[in-house]
Amino acid sequence: MPTKLYAGTEVTVTDEGFFTDPGQWNEDMAPEIAREAGIGDLSARHWQVIEFMRTEFAEKGSGPTVRALGKTSGVSVKELYQLFPKGPAKLAARIAGIPKPRGCI
Amino acid sequence: MTKRIVILGGGTGGTLAANRLRRALDTECEITVVDRDDDHVYQPGLLFLPFGLAHEDDLVRSRRRQLREGIAYRDSGVDHVDVEANVVHLANGEVLGYDVLVIATGARLAPEETEGLTGAGWLSRTFSFYDLPGATALARALREFTGGRIVVNVVDLPIKCPVAPLEFCFLADWYFHERGIRDRVRLTYVTTLDGAFTTPVAARSLAGMLQEKGIELVTEFNTGEVDGEEGKLVSYDGREVEFDLAVVVPVHGGADCVERSWGLGDALGFVPTDEHTLQSEVRDNIFVIGDAAAVPTSKAGSVTHFEGEVLVRNVERYLAGQELDASFDGHTNCFVESGFGKALLIDFNYDTEPVPGHYPTSVGLPLLKESRLNHLGKLMFSWLYWHSLLPGRNLPGVSTAMPRAGKRFEVAQGGS
Ligand SMILES: Cc1cc2nc3c(=O)[nH]c(=O)nc-3n(C[C@H](O)[C@H](O)[C@H](O)COP(=O)(O)OP(=O)(O)OC[C@H]3O[C@@H](n4cnc5c(N)ncnc54)[C@H](O)[C@@H]3O)c2cc1C
Repeated sequence: MPTKLYAGTEVTVTDEGFFTDPGQWNEDMAPEIAREAGIGDLSARHWQVIEFMRTEFAEKGSGPTVRALGKTSGVSVKELYQLFPKGPAKLAARIAGIPKPRGCI
Repeated sequence: MTKRIVILGGGTGGTLAANRLRRALDTECEITVVDRDDDHVYQPGLLFLPFGLAHEDDLVRSRRRQLREGIAYRDSGVDHVDVEANVVHLANGEVLGYDVLVIATGARLAPEETEGLTGAGWLSRTFSFYDLPGATALARALREFTGGRIVVNVVDLPIKCPVAPLEFCFLADWYFHERGIRDRVRLTYVTTLDGAFTTPVAARSLAGMLQEKGIELVTEFNTGEVDGEEGKLVSYDGREVEFDLAVVVPVHGGADCVERSWGLGDALGFVPTDEHTLQSEVRDNIFVIGDAAAVPTSKAGSVTHFEGEVLVRNVERYLAGQELDASFDGHTNCFVESGFGKALLIDFNYDTEPVPGHYPTSVGLPLLKESRLNHLGKLMFSWLYWHSLLPGRNLPGVSTAMPRAGKRFEVAQGGS
């Protein structure tokens, strides 16, 4: 497994950059991961989504999909795409230090 | 003592569960099925209807008549379930108490969730073939189509039968060839996925087939708006795909009655369910079958059929106070119609992606490969649906657990 250095701490990640152990994450790492993923400074709205992702993961064991996020996080799907262009569920999961959301089959 | 089993939904899952339960349980148990109408639609047939290969009348039968003797039927909508009180409130005001509840209310199409989709052009320029009115309107539009660009768009997953939109593309290619105007029709498949399908090996095969048939593939397109007036799909990140006619598979949610039931559904209205026992995670006396279940496998009739055996065993065990059987493996088996009288077959489960080989053993039907035999298999499925699947019989030679013999697993190595 590759490792990364965020906020001075070494963490293990998958090839796509998702944390393998969400317990290794802390809030200081988020801005660095965000920058690496091409997202500028994190606004309060970004944080709302990141915190929501972490809570959902803690409760359900997997991160929500974009549509579920749009229905439950208080941030609309449209805005989610503005905050995390390309793939809100994946990007937000990566920045929140949780595994890649399980896709559907 | 009499036990009351109430089954919500009289589609594929509700019907086969009722028939299997009626056979398995003694007459002490009352079984009641509830659905809001008496029209059971053979949904796989909806794929063929737009091309004049199936007719509306042949796809619809009475729900009630698919149920064995000794099963009660209520022709009413379900308003909501009170999971605390173990009662179901029907739309007609009736209240049904239950000892065991089986949820088989399927998935609901939600075209209104996509901006513009049900606005200008709906059912005249933009269509969905996922229900009877949509498929029928599309048949008319395709007959009148003389050239231009057709896009087939999957907005988001989960959807029922995730191969159906690809099959639609393959059949459209064939259909316009037959009419001698294929050179005047541009076909484009637009998907939210990063490939033609969810799993890598099948995605490669299917993308190859699209290419061979001259069908363009646009991936990672997250449709934010369908503009039926201007004729374009617009993604959330501002990309556009123009069309003369659009076939859009709308997003799906769980049934409205699940959404109205406090504590029952997840954010999308599907019921959190143990993927191996099919017992809901909501209450021990609630079981789930078919598209209504939030389990990580395809929403398909074949899955619903395989679930039937485990579900019935577990309802029996629950009533007897025994430990549940955790053996459902997510088995899915789909024929993928590819046009010109051929089809592919894919067979997979929770742990195994679709790979090449043969089904169910090395001398069986070819997997992930076009053949005429598979096409005949697809046509046979309609007969089996009414005569074996719904009555709750096991299909000859088709086991509930996914067979491993005949599969070339080495092909998936290096995949995910
Ligand atoms: C175009 C298309 C092609 C397909 N092709 C295939 C294929 O080739 N192979 C395959 O295996 N599968 C295929 N499928 C999928 C298959 O049809 C479904 O997965 C299967 O029917 C699911 O069964 P179910 O019992 O969960 O839901 P359904 O059969 O849809 O039944 C749900 C029932 O619940 C009822 N209901 C919902 N809400 C309420 C309420 N509030 N009150 C009362 N009743 C309610 C509905 O009226 C409905 O009868 C296809 C589907 C489509 C749309």
